[in-house]
Amino acid sequence: MTVVAARIIPPLDDDNREFWTGGATGQLRLPFCATCSRWIFPPLLRCPDCSGPAVYAPVSGKGRVFTYTVNHHPFNPEVPVPYVIAIVELAEQEGLRFTTDIVSCPVDSVTIDMPVRVVFEQQADVFVPLFEPDPEA
Amino acid sequence: MTDERVERGAIVSGIGMSRIGRKTGISDVELTVESAKAAIADAGLSASDIDGIATIGDTPIAVAAEQLGLSPDWTGGSMGHYGLLTPVVDAFQAVGSRTARHVLVYRTVNMMGGEAIQERSDGTQMEVPPAMRDITRILTMHAYSAPNWLAMHLRRHMHLYGTTREQIGWLAINSRRNAALNPSAAYRDPITMEDYLSARMISEPLGLLDCDVPVDGSIAVVVSRPEHAGACEHPVRVDAVGGSDGAGGWDQRPDYPKMASADAAREMWHATDLRPTDVDLAELYDGFTYLTMAWLEALGFCADGESGPFLEGGSRIALDGELPLNTYGGQLSAGRMHGYWVLHEACLQLRGEAGERQVPGMPEVAVVSNGGGPIAGCMLLTR
Repeated sequence: MTVVAARIIPPLDDDNREFWTGGATGQLRLPFCATCSRWIFPPLLRCPDCSGPAVYAPVSGKGRVFTYTVNHHPFNPEVPVPYVIAIVELAEQEGLRFTTDIVSCPVDSVTIDMPVRVVFEQQADVFVPLFEPDPEA
Repeated sequence: MTDERVERGAIVSGIGMSRIGRKTGISDVELTVESAKAAIADAGLSASDIDGIATIGDTPIAVAAEQLGLSPDWTGGSMGHYGLLTPVVDAFQAVGSRTARHVLVYRTVNMMGGEAIQERSDGTQMEVPPAMRDITRILTMHAYSAPNWLAMHLRRHMHLYGTTREQIGWLAINSRRNAALNPSAAYRDPITMEDYLSARMISEPLGLLDCDVPVDGSIAVVVSRPEHAGACEHPVRVDAVGGSDGAGGWDQRPDYPKMASADAAREMWHATDLRPTDVDLAELYDGFTYLTMAWLEALGFCADGESGPFLEGGSRIALDGELPLNTYGGQLSAGRMHGYWVLHEACLQLRGEAGERQVPGMPEVAVVSNGGGPIAGCMLLTR
């Protein structure tokens, strides 16, 4: 059995809870402001543009690698190196991006603009959104 | 026209440095006392003249004051709008607003590690500045350290502009070349491009020689009112400052891979009539090479995306080049005095006292910068 190294989990609050737990149903979820027609990251239940309410909704979970790094240094000895850290931009909106990991592929196969799709790694109650190459793209 | 910027005209009247080295075993307090005494003496002052103290990091103000026999009326310093340079700018403003006459500013480091959230010696964690609050969700992704976050900036820069590691390597080589002329520098043996390219990878494309060298040490300056300049042997004047804290965090800026340095530089240039072409030397933060590249572009020494070609060949940034860069060896080779060696060196160069590594032609304008990521500060100093 593969041992999954523990991750530092951000404190959950009303703003970010669905982002970190939506993976339980296989969905990547983000707040959406219907007035501005925009997705909001970092997750907030109030739109930073219009200050109106934002409501969580599922996104496709598909995106592209915006940038990445192959980490070789054992900053955390429990995480085997090398591994790929990336910023993924989601398909829904330009600039809708966050830092994540690219998994399930050789580390030297990752490139900028590579199509990826979300997968979740469960850590207790939290489902950490990671990405893998998208075979359908 | 009346100049309303309170920091303008404040002077750095004295500078001082402790012993600096790797794993010295010397306590932070002892290092602080060394640098502070040297700076006060260099300013031509005595302890009783100092009525303000500012710092950030190791050695609390109360401890330093007691050890040095100081009783400050004004104290300052924390991570603010100017990043690690905030205590210095606070001091400029304290003397400019006549809240203090002579302020001692020191920065002491004891081999800080590379972690994002430091533990203090008493086991408590340092407060995370608001601009760094996105760090927790980034740490979630096993992205534990600044080289991870900056490597992604550099990778994007390479993708957009065709920047190569062979271009960036000149930063490391130039720093080592200058460190050879600095007896206090941690690493002084020359390095080649092959050394740079073959150094072990930390977080691609950043290798070991893209990362700075942790050291123990303390650097201090005395900041005084403009009218003290006449009584001061070698005043260095403050022309303008700029800072930025928070916009976009580590992964949200629309103009990524730019960083807060872009905003800090813009703020500084708005506050002065000087232009980038007036700058005679640059002491730019180099905790990691990409930070320096970002500063070169932010400060307008080259266009966006052109820091790679700017560095190529290393002649432009050499001591006798058009923009001598990190003349003391930088944090890459001299050591991580966390943004304060750049300030010390800029003053030394403007005073014409940098010895073997003195920039020729009596430099008149120096730029000092600090930080990157979501927090950055910079200043223009003149002779």
